[in-house]
Amino acid sequence: MTFFDLLELGFVQTALITAAVLGLVAGALGPFIVTRKMAFAVHGTSELAFTGGAAALLLGIGVGYGALAGSIIAAVLLGVLSRRESDRDSVIGAILAFGLGMGILFLALYKGRSGNKFGLLVGQIVGVDSTDLRLLVVSSVAVLVVLAFIYRPLFFASVDPDVAVARGVPVRGLSIVFAVLVGVATALSVQVVGALLVLALMITPAAAAMRVTASPVRATVLSVVFAEVAALGGILLSLQPGLPVSALVTAVSFVIYLVCRGVGAVQRRAA
Amino acid sequence: MTAISLRGARLSYGDRVLWDSLDLDVEPGEFLAVLGPNGSGKTSLMRVLLGLQPLSSGTVSVAGGNRAIGYIPQQRALDQSMTLRGRDLVGLGPDGYRWGLGFRNRRERRIRVDAAIESVGATRYADAPIGLLSGGEQQRLRVAQALVGDPTVMLCDEPLLSLDLANQRVVSELIDKRRREADTAVLFVTHELNPVLPLVDRVLYLVGGRFRVGTPEEVMNSSTLSELYRTPVEVVRVRDQILVVGAGACEEQTHHLTSGAAS
Repeated sequence: MTFFDLLELGFVQTALITAAVLGLVAGALGPFIVTRKMAFAVHGTSELAFTGGAAALLLGIGVGYGALAGSIIAAVLLGVLSRRESDRDSVIGAILAFGLGMGILFLALYKGRSGNKFGLLVGQIVGVDSTDLRLLVVSSVAVLVVLAFIYRPLFFASVDPDVAVARGVPVRGLSIVFAVLVGVATALSVQVVGALLVLALMITPAAAAMRVTASPVRATVLSVVFAEVAALGGILLSLQPGLPVSALVTAVSFVIYLVCRGVGAVQRRAA
Repeated sequence: MTAISLRGARLSYGDRVLWDSLDLDVEPGEFLAVLGPNGSGKTSLMRVLLGLQPLSSGTVSVAGGNRAIGYIPQQRALDQSMTLRGRDLVGLGPDGYRWGLGFRNRRERRIRVDAAIESVGATRYADAPIGLLSGGEQQRLRVAQALVGDPTVMLCDEPLLSLDLANQRVVSELIDKRRREADTAVLFVTHELNPVLPLVDRVLYLVGGRFRVGTPEEVMNSSTLSELYRTPVEVVRVRDQILVVGAGACEEQTHHLTSGAAS
């Protein structure tokens, strides 16, 4: 089959739509995640999405719903248990390890096809079917609407927390709401790139964008563009050679990051 | 109309009383310095005025409420790689707390932000990454951030801390200019009175649950401070500086001494 024949296939098109939606959500959330230093929290949340997905597999319900439930529970737990900044790191570590262990237990008890098991960890975008796609689109729209609504206070709280508190911004409440948004986006990404590689979509594009501009708006636009290029480009590149999608998504994402680091270094020297 | 008014205000955490029966009126255009050792309730007073901390008893009112307050925090080292420019920081001043994307009033905001940045002389570096600016430049932008909301009250929480003397002067003069031009009341929490002494109308001095309000001459003298600290304290005026020497007061003296020695 040629490259263009592959593009005609239904599951490839579903995968591309899925990736486009995810790129938008992950790219939009990314700059906030990086500013708030939540990379590890995203990783922890994605492990819990894996646990939820594994539990769903065992119970015979949709993996997408399980992943969503797992990561939202994780987000709320992290928000409630790590009231102090200094606690956060260790709380995430503890929850992450436990969640991963439970996930492995659920998979061990699962008697079905083993491809499903591995997919949760490293991604299986071609496994997304139309119910998953509907869940994905609805959840993504919900995340973007809520993000737009809390955008300015969240930005205030993220870059200037002392003054935000003084001006009456509900900083604590916002951080829990944001953790839940991140949880939803993580759960969606897990289905595409897998629990282990979520950071390639949620962190790397934003980190790359923030290397080349100091403007928050420009950083968000670039972050979305980079996430889209990584997600869509990764899938397209994987088609012909038949390589794993997640490997190519992370590779494209990382190349963009390296280029942006270089550009950023040149900019700073020129300034 | 009074800008800040406290009546019979009391703040206590369990048995520990920070202050009690505090009556205080700050008039528009007045510059009030709040002094006292660590733990005397200066920051808590600030939190009460911001509406973040309820009084144990008594009443508090700020003309115009929280939205009319311009708040200037102390300078803190910002992440060098932070994706934020001075103009973004200032842009949060007028309506950063409001829900939504803030697209609708972005043109009007831009005009106000430009004017505020210009008024503190920060135009040249307003588009640079904020983490790369000096402490003095960052604090100028902080002043602009507080001014852009057109405040009736400015609450300044140690805004000069960790600035060198030249920048201390620049930042305090910007605050002073605002209150003279717009009749904004200034409540200025500080460890060191000397950098702002020429600007101060009255002093609120808090020590271990006791306090005294008055002009710098009325409060910053040996007998008043000895009474407040309940231990002999010597107040010496050297040129236009006030030096406080005494057992209980020594912790806050490090700043006076370094700034005194440097000038």
